[in-house]
Amino acid sequence: MMDAQDIQRCLEEAFPDAQVAAADSTGAGDHFAVTIVTDQFAGKSLVERHQMVYGALSALMPRIHALQLKTVTPSEPNAR
Amino acid sequence: MADDVSKEIDDEIRNNKIMIYMKGNPTFPQCGFSAATIEIFQELGKPFHTVDVLSEPAKRDAIKRFSNWPTIPQVYIDGKFVGGCDIVREMFTTGDLQKLVDHAFAS
Repeated sequence: MMDAQDIQRCLEEAFPDAQVAAADSTGAGDHFAVTIVTDQFAGKSLVERHQMVYGALSALMPRIHALQLKTVTPSEPNAR
Repeated sequence: MADDVSKEIDDEIRNNKIMIYMKGNPTFPQCGFSAATIEIFQELGKPFHTVDVLSEPAKRDAIKRFSNWPTIPQVYIDGKFVGGCDIVREMFTTGDLQKLVDHAFAS
């Protein structure tokens, strides 16, 4: 059982300039949805972006069953 | 032992234009993300091969190390790691997945 806040804090540390939004998608403490908007993703493929996020969360990953990721840069059209 | 599994994965992604590591099988997916991934590839209509990692625990660990990717499903097209459910879904929406698949089957 984990809090979306744990994920939020961990990602804010790893991506200091990013806008991070982490939410518990089911309320059960193991399915999460995360949106990260940062320039650090510029020039990176989707796989590389997700690997950066998984890397930052490696300590928490064993307790996460599902993680939906949206990784964009501020200039990309679907950034909000 | 671990090397045998890596070798097997290597053969699988080489010998199948579309290779999907999933939980369950296409008829009975055991996870919503695996199910969503399969639906997309059924929509694309090209043949794909799947491995059920739930019935092969050694491969479940091996594929995570192999791809440096912590979650299942995992999709390989033309021997190259494409990503998990979110990436496949996003690429399907933009049309990039169709292009990648067309390119794989054209070669």
